Amino acid sequence: MRQFNYILKRLLHMIPVLFCVTILIFLMIRLIPGSPAEIMLGDKATPEKIAILEEKMGLNEPLIVQYGLFLKQIVTLDFGDSITYARPVLELIQPKIMVTVGLVISTTIFVLLLSFPLGYLAGSKHGTPLDSGIKTGALIVISLPQFWVGTLFLLLFGLKLHWFPVGGWGDTFLEHAHSLILPGLTGALTTSALTIRNLRSNVIDVVNSDYVDFARSKGLTEKRIKNRHIIRNSMISTVTLLSLRIANMLGGSIVIETVFSLPGLGKLLVDSIFARDYAVVQTVVLMLALIVLIVNLITDVAYSMLDPRVRLE
Amino acid sequence: MEPILEVKDLKTYFITKDSTAKAVDGVSFSVMPGETFGLVGESGCGKSATCRSILQLIHKPGRTVGGEVIYKGQNILDMPPAELRKIRGSEIGMIFQEPMTSLNPVLKIKEQIFENLKDKNLTKQQKHDRAIELLKLVGIPTPETRLDEYIHQYSGGMRQRAMIAIALAAEPKVLLADEPTTALDVTIQDQIIKLLGKLKTQLGMSIILITHDLGVVAQMCDYVAVMYAGHIVEKADTNTLLTAPRHPYTYGLIRSIPTGLEGSKKLESIEGMPPDLNNMPEGCPFAPRCKFKGELCTKVRPEMRKLGNGHEVACHYTEKLEGVSGLQSSEKKV
Repeated sequence: MRQFNYILKRLLHMIPVLFCVTILIFLMIRLIPGSPAEIMLGDKATPEKIAILEEKMGLNEPLIVQYGLFLKQIVTLDFGDSITYARPVLELIQPKIMVTVGLVISTTIFVLLLSFPLGYLAGSKHGTPLDSGIKTGALIVISLPQFWVGTLFLLLFGLKLHWFPVGGWGDTFLEHAHSLILPGLTGALTTSALTIRNLRSNVIDVVNSDYVDFARSKGLTEKRIKNRHIIRNSMISTVTLLSLRIANMLGGSIVIETVFSLPGLGKLLVDSIFARDYAVVQTVVLMLALIVLIVNLITDVAYSMLDPRVRLE
Repeated sequence: MEPILEVKDLKTYFITKDSTAKAVDGVSFSVMPGETFGLVGESGCGKSATCRSILQLIHKPGRTVGGEVIYKGQNILDMPPAELRKIRGSEIGMIFQEPMTSLNPVLKIKEQIFENLKDKNLTKQQKHDRAIELLKLVGIPTPETRLDEYIHQYSGGMRQRAMIAIALAAEPKVLLADEPTTALDVTIQDQIIKLLGKLKTQLGMSIILITHDLGVVAQMCDYVAVMYAGHIVEKADTNTLLTAPRHPYTYGLIRSIPTGLEGSKKLESIEGMPPDLNNMPEGCPFAPRCKFKGELCTKVRPEMRKLGNGHEVACHYTEKLEGVSGLQSSEKKV
């Protein structure tokens, strides 16, 4: 019950945060020089033509009126039409959100699969060649650019071995999942390098802690000491780090979506910024902010389940 | 009577590439059933390392390189890990100095008690009842609600009681108590010492009490060994040791306790610092600080000498301390 109240409270807290996001994004996109009309009409546009189109698009209204219109759109969940695609923004975004969220989920799964076993191994074999190997490997991986790793993966696993599609998103769930494996792995490498190092140092601390000695003095088996006393305590701060990185993954999805030709939000966002497609940019940023807030909420709840010292209030 | 635990010539060294710190260097003592044995010394003298060596809880680069720990006729140091696990907890238990860091912060107190219960085949209800019984035994009020709490929800004194309850769950015959009162304030300290004394009699355990506090020794121990720089320098029953010390270091320690009876007299202290364990002087390790040192002290390491009545001392010139008194018996209980 306390948990439910807490979640409800946090959901309500999101409203003012999202409100601030709307102001920021509304002003920012309009601060970029060049109006949408100018860009739509191209190089040969005359000032008269631009003025007519701006009038038609409602860009001559005072900013506050335009902002009011934007807020009204949000409340009515009708986000207007895209000027480049001439379609309702919501219709445009819906399938792309699935791709980006899928990419983040796939990346997170790979981060978990890579960093938990390797981080634990490095920490518990602290000071051995295995530990140095994992540490050095992580350092190398963290300095590799994602677009380059992604391209290498495509060349090897896509073109040469034909294990994975070279690009695109497929039509069925299985095809979606299949096409998200390489992008997820690519995205996971950088984050894993961080979480491996973090988990490794946590494990070293916990293994040398008094409570592990106390557990050992009880005559528990090493397996039980590991499962009950070491793993959970080591994970706590790594989970926080991971959630911070998830926000990063959303921002960084553009590179991976471009390399793997995934029709996601990242690519749409960049295209729309260049086209000054205000409605699309505003909506996409708002959606990304919402996803980040939800991920944070999930992290906080997970954190309180891992660590009883953290109280949900 | 046979001793329940015998430590013979124990050597635990911390070996790194550049140096070897001899934290425990040839320590021997024995503990009788039902006895409280005190191991006293200042920080870094090797008393904790001795205690941890008994249960093989030394961290790298530390290693027990020699000696024996005989429990019920078997050398613990030779045991394979599976045998050692049977000794840990249910034969020899241990409590640590700082309960806040020695109990797992993310497990409920009851989970930490359950995993140490002697009888592994109890039903859930039986485990629960036994845990309540243990918390009552160590004097934790409202044990039913306390069982479901975590260590950070306990107060300082309660934390130490909880740790004792957890260690007692396995019903050990010997309890190693590594400075169990050092992290507590004085009134709580007294409560915990009294509790340990009561439990010892009630459960018929032996206790090895590691402390730097001679007041605690006076209150609780039957027999005491004084450690200095990895060596035991004096062993005697508590009364003899406190009233008629025969090692200059013990004498110095006793003279530096405030008794409240000195009036305006300045408290004595032992000049100098303990030697570097990586680079021990030849001869007696205490010689550089000793007021009574003679010619032999810087050349030959003194062996333990028996003075009778179980009193042993490692000093060439112990005669110089003959007739020198430590604490007066009226000052003893401070």
